[in-house]
Amino acid sequence: MLANSKSLKILINFIAFIAVILSIGLSISFGAVHIELTSVWDAILHFNPELTNHQVVQELRLPRALAAALVGAFLAVSGAVMQGMTRNPLASPSIMGVTDGAAFALVITLAFFPTLTMFGTTFASFMGAGIAVVIVFVIGSLSAGGLTPVKLALAGVAIGTMLSSISSIISLHFQLEKQMGFWLAGGLAGTNWTSIQILMISGLVGLILALGISKSITVLSLGEDVSTSLGQKNMVTKLLGILSVLILTGAAVSIAGAVGFVGLIVPHITRFIMGTDYRWIIPSSAIFGALLLVLADIGSRLINAPFETPVGAITSLIGVPFFLYLARGSGGGK
Amino acid sequence: MNTYEEKKQKKFLIIISLLVLLIILMFFTSLSTGIIQISPIDVIRTVFNNGTQRQELILFDFRLPGILLALLIGTGLAVSGAILQGITQNELADPGILGINTGAGLAVVLYIFFFQNRLDIDGFLSIFMMPISALGGAIFAALLIYAIAWKKGVNPIRLILVGIGINAGFSALLIIFQLKMDPQDFRQATVWLSGDIWSANWNFVLALLPWIVILIPLALQKAHALNVLHFGDEVASGLGTSVEKERLKLLIIAVSLAGAAVAAGGAIAFLGLVVPHIARKLIGPLHQFIIPISALIGALLLMVADMIGKNILAPTQIPVGIVVAILSAPYFVYLLMKSK
Repeated sequence: MLANSKSLKILINFIAFIAVILSIGLSISFGAVHIELTSVWDAILHFNPELTNHQVVQELRLPRALAAALVGAFLAVSGAVMQGMTRNPLASPSIMGVTDGAAFALVITLAFFPTLTMFGTTFASFMGAGIAVVIVFVIGSLSAGGLTPVKLALAGVAIGTMLSSISSIISLHFQLEKQMGFWLAGGLAGTNWTSIQILMISGLVGLILALGISKSITVLSLGEDVSTSLGQKNMVTKLLGILSVLILTGAAVSIAGAVGFVGLIVPHITRFIMGTDYRWIIPSSAIFGALLLVLADIGSRLINAPFETPVGAITSLIGVPFFLYLARGSGGGK
Repeated sequence: MNTYEEKKQKKFLIIISLLVLLIILMFFTSLSTGIIQISPIDVIRTVFNNGTQRQELILFDFRLPGILLALLIGTGLAVSGAILQGITQNELADPGILGINTGAGLAVVLYIFFFQNRLDIDGFLSIFMMPISALGGAIFAALLIYAIAWKKGVNPIRLILVGIGINAGFSALLIIFQLKMDPQDFRQATVWLSGDIWSANWNFVLALLPWIVILIPLALQKAHALNVLHFGDEVASGLGTSVEKERLKLLIIAVSLAGAAVAAGGAIAFLGLVVPHIARKLIGPLHQFIIPISALIGALLLMVADMIGKNILAPTQIPVGIVVAILSAPYFVYLLMKSK
């Protein structure tokens, strides 16, 4: 733990939060048309619909930057909750088939219920993400050696491949490749204010839930036996935890598509700085996750300008070395 | 002891002949099915040079190269998987999961990216260059995984986790480079990467054939070393095998097979994982039996998967890689749940 006093922890979180705000400002000002930070400020506070720059900020860039921050926060919190509950350093939404599950549900709604509203498709993605997590968890838990990191990762690969194969068949047959390709690449280009609404609503529920059980997660992360002997109801904590993971990743994935590894890296960094208390880890993960994804989103527009690179590819490139480090250490065991 | 070996030998011959029979049967079924039906009798007549010109065109220019390519790719991937499982002493190893396929894929995409816009993809030179660049990528991936997983020796679990990570990293790089391509190259790369062999032509078959013909006998020759390695490093070195040297040779054979197969057919997951298991179930743990049986089962499975993909939702064609994944992922899950 780097921050060993309470005031230091608060200070670090505060600085990180300011960094998030600043990077959102940067993200808005940067783009095909460069917009000065001062006029970004104006566009938000004194919106003038006759100025093109103000329109660009209000309709395109502000929702996009906000969505990046929210999605990053949600994925990071989901990862923190998963890692705390399972005591598994590799647990995170991206390696557990969540994205493939959401994509699967999405392609089914596109193929069979094309008239569904955005709220409807979002709800479908929730369900898909949920089903994938449950299957992967069940397979991992029922297998002979128990829920080891490698079991979880392999089950995620298998279920993910299976679901994405079926998705490809459906999208090939109904000629939805273009729509799905856009979504699967993972990007924030398509976000609008409806996306923000969806994210806000689910975020409120999911984050409150996660914060509410943060103390129990801390106890649970010491081991189930310890937790039981301290009089905790493990089942309740786990159910609430899974529920918050579902809501948060479901919302994030349905808006931004496949954005990998945020949920894996951020909780580890946060634990390194904040220690083992999940009452600190969960809110800090949210802030650091937001920062990471807003920056990655800026990077996604810089790497191959004027074209966009999927933000998911960027987070993977950042996340893979980290994953390898973990695989050599605690995850690989023995 | 002798009678045991004779029994094994007999069982082996029976299984081999059954598989060959099945392959021949499915070969002709596969030739005769498609959007344009050609009856089996007509197929045989055409093969013996007595068909109409239209039938000849469909069979020799479209269906036959695809089917032959499926047979060769299936063979290569299955034997590669059998060797990898042997040398890592890990029954869940597979060129796809270990990231070797993605490494080969990335190399091919890089090759298309840097050289292709001036060349014709079906040109003779480029078709022979693709396996070579794929091979380079496969070897690079294998070495990288081995090096990162090395920590006073290679622990099988660490090897697989590192493989999964490398796989994800290469996939991300793939996406980035693919998006930098111009639209025509992009389409070529995408079609190729989804593991499809329906655009096959004779050049692809000719490019892959030497690899299979040379490497499979080499693998068979090393079957004994593979048997010894399978017992674990201590036993193997106790029996006088120079473990690391043999392992390296076998690794090169396996990686070359996977690289060549991927170059010709794109990324086909799980085939190399599942087939050796079926072979082991049928014949037991000796690799001089496992390798030929795996080769035949791999060929059969991929040919059937290709036929299913082409016909089940016709006129929509499903890439063979997807059919294989759907057929074999449940078996993989079963293996996963059973293994410790």
